[in-house]
Amino acid sequence: MSDISMITFNNVEKYYGDFHALKKINLDIKKGEKVVLIGPSGSGKSTLIRTINGLEEINDGQLLVDGYDLASDKTDINKIRKNVGMVFQHFNLYDNKSTLENIMLAPRIVLKRPENENHKIAMELLDKVGLADKAANMPNELSGGQKQRVAIARSLAMQPKALLFDEPTSALDPEMIGDVLDVMKDIAQDSDMTMLVVTHEMNFAKQVSDRVIFMADGEVLEDSKTEEFFKNPKTKRAQQFLSQVEHH
Amino acid sequence: MIDILLKYFPQLLNGFWVTIESSIIALFGSLILGTIFAVMQVSRNKITRIISETYVEIFRNIPLLVITLFFFAFVAPVAKKIGLPIDGFTAGTIGLTLYTSAFIAEVIRSGINSISSSQMEGAVSNGLSWWQAMRYIVLPQAFKISIPNLGNQFVNLVKNSSVLAFVAGLDLMYNANSIAQNTFDSLNTYFIVAIFYLIITMPISYYMKHLEQRFKGGAH
Repeated sequence: MSDISMITFNNVEKYYGDFHALKKINLDIKKGEKVVLIGPSGSGKSTLIRTINGLEEINDGQLLVDGYDLASDKTDINKIRKNVGMVFQHFNLYDNKSTLENIMLAPRIVLKRPENENHKIAMELLDKVGLADKAANMPNELSGGQKQRVAIARSLAMQPKALLFDEPTSALDPEMIGDVLDVMKDIAQDSDMTMLVVTHEMNFAKQVSDRVIFMADGEVLEDSKTEEFFKNPKTKRAQQFLSQVEHH
Repeated sequence: MIDILLKYFPQLLNGFWVTIESSIIALFGSLILGTIFAVMQVSRNKITRIISETYVEIFRNIPLLVITLFFFAFVAPVAKKIGLPIDGFTAGTIGLTLYTSAFIAEVIRSGINSISSSQMEGAVSNGLSWWQAMRYIVLPQAFKISIPNLGNQFVNLVKNSSVLAFVAGLDLMYNANSIAQNTFDSLNTYFIVAIFYLIITMPISYYMKHLEQRFKGGAH
């Protein structure tokens, strides 16, 4: 982890019509930091993470990602997205491409990576997520857990500076969750990539993250070191939330 | 009927080829134009959306014959003055292309809209630009979904090519009219012509059904 900021929110506001989805968000995530974002559903976690690569536009405040100002008209959003990967709850694999093509497409088109090297990196990544034997399969032939591991490999193939995870295990059958979390743990331990993970997996948060951000009703209520957060949650909302999820 | 067929076969065949030629040009032209206007209509740029919507509404709400006569009677003389001769075949094929492209734009636009937005979000989050995501991910899937409707449009296009007859386009219908006038035997003449049209349209119908079956169930 370094002292240089990767993602900075300054008084960010987001509305959907009259609904105030993000309220005066202030956050600073350093390069290489592993941060977990938790909170009850409807608290704005997904909205927040989706603003970082421009899938949602902010209405006010400043959002800096890798030095780029997202609210500025001069910023080329494609440059940010090239360096900031995203893993979705519902995988969002390309339905018209094989597993291998899902991984190789963006590096080929966006990075102009030579075909041999592209293929080699893609196969290494598939091997890393335990799916080398599924290279030729289409997405609709994979299980949910397999799809999510391919989606992670697809993001990694771009060698991003930061990787965003939007509830990556929420749509999975319980027996599939472990495999996906293992892959994510490996990435967290092996790489100096910045990771921001929206999740309800508290054990994953405890084992992997440096920091926990707790949100409720569109606000950041707590932003503390992981150990501190789980030992001594400061707000009542966080205490309630933790007691609810931990008794499951 | 046989005697008409024997006597006028070379003339019918000429018309048949002209109809095929016009249909092929209009098919590719309208597919390209229709795709461009469909993509313009789903783009986030308001100006391109308005241009495309206006185009589609104008050309699909005016009879094909009126569009074709406009090109033949107004555009052709002007073009001739600046050294661009537009004959009946060209005017008819342009009219047919523009008219059909408006319908194809609607077919492909609805195909694009039926592809989950998660495909676009996945692609742009992976680093692709909006255009690249459209070209490599969304459009290929939209085309597959649109195959049955595109098939209808292509069959309509071939039948609508008979508009060339009104502007001396020398197509199948134009020749049929002249044969019917010479022989005073409309019934048998148009019966033969119907068979010629079926020879073009039936394989299109069959091929589109075949494609539809091939893509059914999976996005292979």
